[in-house]
Amino acid sequence: MAEPLALYVHWPFCVSKCPYCDFNSHVRESVDQQVWRAALLADLRHEAMLLPGRAVSSIFFGGGTPSLMPPATVAAVIAEAAALWGLTDDCEITLEANPNSVEVAAFADLAAAGVNRVSIGVQSFDPQVLEFLGRAHSGDEARRAIAAAQTCFPRASFDLIYARPGQGLADWEKELRAALAFGTGHLSLYQLTIEPGTRFATLAAKGELVIPDGDAAADLFDATQALTRAAGLPRYEVSNHARPGEESRHNLTYWRYGDYAGVGPGAHGRRTGQATERHKKPENFVAAVERNGYGIKGESDLPAHERATEAMLMGLRLNEGIDLRRVEARSGLGREAFVDAGAVARLTHQGLMRAAGDRLAVTDAGILLLDSILSEVVKTH
Amino acid sequence: MTTPLSHIRNFSIIAHIDHGKSTLADRLIQFTGGLTAREMSAQVLDNMDIEKERGITIKAQTVRLKYTAKDGETYELNLMDTPGHVDFAYEVSRSLAACEGALLVVDAAQGVEAQTLANVYQSIEHDHEIVPVINKIDLPAADVDKVKAEIEDIIGLPADDAVLASAKSGIGIEECLEAIVTKIPPPKGDAAAPLLAMLVDSWYDPYLGVVILVRVVDGVLKKGQQIKFMQAGTTHLIDRVGCFTPKREELTEIGPGEIGFITAQIKDVAQARVGDTVTDAKKPAAAPLPGFKEVQPVVFCGLFPTDANDFEKLRESIQKLRLNDASFSFEMESSAALGFGFRCGFLGLLHLEIIQERLSREYDLDLITTAPSVVYKLKLSHTKNEAAKEIELHNPADMPDPNRIDEIEEPWIEAVIYVPDDYLGPILKLCQDRRGIQKNLTYVGGRAQITYELPLNEVVFDFYDRLKSISRGYASFDYHQIGHRPGDLVKMSILVNNEPVDALSMIVHRGSAESRGRGMCERLKDLIPRHMFKIPIQAAIGGKVIARETIAALRKDVTAKCYGGDATRKKKLLEKQKEGKKRMREYGNVNIPQEAFIAALRMGDDA
Repeated sequence: MAEPLALYVHWPFCVSKCPYCDFNSHVRESVDQQVWRAALLADLRHEAMLLPGRAVSSIFFGGGTPSLMPPATVAAVIAEAAALWGLTDDCEITLEANPNSVEVAAFADLAAAGVNRVSIGVQSFDPQVLEFLGRAHSGDEARRAIAAAQTCFPRASFDLIYARPGQGLADWEKELRAALAFGTGHLSLYQLTIEPGTRFATLAAKGELVIPDGDAAADLFDATQALTRAAGLPRYEVSNHARPGEESRHNLTYWRYGDYAGVGPGAHGRRTGQATERHKKPENFVAAVERNGYGIKGESDLPAHERATEAMLMGLRLNEGIDLRRVEARSGLGREAFVDAGAVARLTHQGLMRAAGDRLAVTDAGILLLDSILSEVVKTH
Repeated sequence: MTTPLSHIRNFSIIAHIDHGKSTLADRLIQFTGGLTAREMSAQVLDNMDIEKERGITIKAQTVRLKYTAKDGETYELNLMDTPGHVDFAYEVSRSLAACEGALLVVDAAQGVEAQTLANVYQSIEHDHEIVPVINKIDLPAADVDKVKAEIEDIIGLPADDAVLASAKSGIGIEECLEAIVTKIPPPKGDAAAPLLAMLVDSWYDPYLGVVILVRVVDGVLKKGQQIKFMQAGTTHLIDRVGCFTPKREELTEIGPGEIGFITAQIKDVAQARVGDTVTDAKKPAAAPLPGFKEVQPVVFCGLFPTDANDFEKLRESIQKLRLNDASFSFEMESSAALGFGFRCGFLGLLHLEIIQERLSREYDLDLITTAPSVVYKLKLSHTKNEAAKEIELHNPADMPDPNRIDEIEEPWIEAVIYVPDDYLGPILKLCQDRRGIQKNLTYVGGRAQITYELPLNEVVFDFYDRLKSISRGYASFDYHQIGHRPGDLVKMSILVNNEPVDALSMIVHRGSAESRGRGMCERLKDLIPRHMFKIPIQAAIGGKVIARETIAALRKDVTAKCYGGDATRKKKLLEKQKEGKKRMREYGNVNIPQEAFIAALRMGDDA
């Protein structure tokens, strides 16, 4: 029996573009909801045709700002997926939401449409920070949104951005304690990263924006681990924390290198060894769907070593690490082809990795060095 | 048909870098019609790109000019363009020996420089008639009277009749030519005597083979003649005789007093050594011309390809360069840090830089150059199996067991520095810091001439750069070797993560070892990126650590967000990262970027 499938649906529109964000998001004065609903459904049908015989175990509405989607469109997509593939009994249906009051007002309708988990882009509770991050909501709105989500949905998570310019250890600990006090089962805690092509990148290049250096960021990270562990939400991925059992099952599919269908503008997918990519620009996507019946920009068969590389770099983000047998099965390669055993021995000796049987993982001491570790451990060709 | 001796003038041009030698030469060629205006590309004589860019001459060149003087007679003027740098002192001396006189070009704004002096003295030693030419007289800062006074006071030449010129603007060119005809004596020689000619220079031409520049003293050189190189002992058949105008022109013969070229199917410049005497194989001269000298490299360094796969390409390129430059030597070397490369010997630092630059530019090679080293003489005591002996050491990595070394001798130079006296203090300090011994200090006008004896070891690092920066470019510097002297020298090793990095070891004076070592460790600390573990960097003499720095362990290198859409991008990033690593050298598990080697070696101390 084939593994269940994760489904990602991208909604590309935002009210405004945040200065740190390099996601595929666009600001448009108006969106023709009929056209978009039809386009997403058509794109979905195309994917279902190519991936028959799979049950959908998770759906994730990401963006952009999918909480701006009409709940009816969300409901239609869920219903279509259920009709085309069938959903597993415990299917996790997540939607990313902004904590603005207008969007929060739609929570009940979204829950009725089938959404059973929300991930709220809170980022901070501090008004000055929210302004700096270009967020349209206030601290109070954020608090109200979290409370509303906990009422409307069975599961709720929210995001915070830390290691911001000038952020001290005490400030962050206070903010994080307040966040943990909401008692959600899941938290995503991202260190601010300057992504190329963003407004922050321009400011950083001009020297007008200076983020904490690696040492300061590491101190903040260590404090984060201590507080979340004490609160019962340990880190299960580089930036994600959950009460055991409350992990994002959808995201676990990415990290465990399972199959996922990606529909909507710019969405990526993996169909067992095949990578898919949709047209990024909303207008191009819609035009492609109207022309071809689907929004695919490119499909390519991933060579075995690339599959192994992807499985490694996704899987080692997880606390549980990777199952080498599984990577072997997914790539068709022996582990010696994609794992540098010498590097593993060295890093294990240093306490940065742990290896036991078919399991290979990065330790707490090593996780903040993951990119350096990957460059030593992963054999690319 | 050869020109009668009375109508030949052989001359060179002496000038400091940038004083306008090449421009003047070009004007003389243009004026006498050697080339049409259309054929002139700026600075005709400096053929190599490097020569043009740096304004220096590396190989000697000659041009035969036909000049009809004001007396109505037509003269054959042979202009010998000589290398201007001390590294090529021997080539200069041979070029000068081929002439009877020289134009001394002095910049009207800058006046006499140390290098000018050195070459003038050489020219005077050859009994040359020297014609001063004050160039760039149309510059706003020109001060002709002051420069005339300098020529008289410093050099001791009458300057009243100095030609006033601006080669750039074409002023005073005919006056130069007249002065050459009237002031420089014609050569002497005997066409009937056995052939006696000096090998002035040689170079490799891909079409002609080795081209040999000769000055005939006695007898006549003809096409088809069987000749003999008296030092090398080899015989060759001349297949081509000619001169440059500056275009190559074939002739039937070259007579006494004349300068020209021959080719004789020679494949390797090493067979045609500068200073050798050419004679007729069947009717040889009784004795060779005096002054032949075997040129010895004095500065050595390792050249390694940045990409180990380029080793063969480097070998081929070095071999090709060597075809044209017999004065540099090379042998294979292997370094644990840098892989396979070559230990190369050079006439001096400029020579080293030129070769390095030509390899990267003409052969498109990315190179790592190790710290330049001089030639040490080591006296070794006997061992159970071996008698006491003396060896030469070209590479610090080859340093024998210190217990066996009775004495180390290092080469010394006598340096003449010429500098405006405002900068005198710091320059004296620099010389003292470099273990210099002051021999002489004189003032002329607003300038000082300092003579110092210095260990060459202290000069090969960055002495010249320091001198230039301290004096804001006003100091000029010239030197010659004065032999080896015993010194308290030690080998300093650099250890990265407790592993010695052979390419960074150097021989230093015990007294400056600590500051050198500290400087090196501090620089490496900044140049080596942080790793996942902490890295000690140490400088050591034998087993004793004399300086230490630590690179703290890297703490954060992670991508914060990575979801389904990021796998492709992340994969590309990883590949790029791995590609970058290939450009580093792994040493004791530490990846040392190439730039770190280059930057750490480029500079010797932090004065």
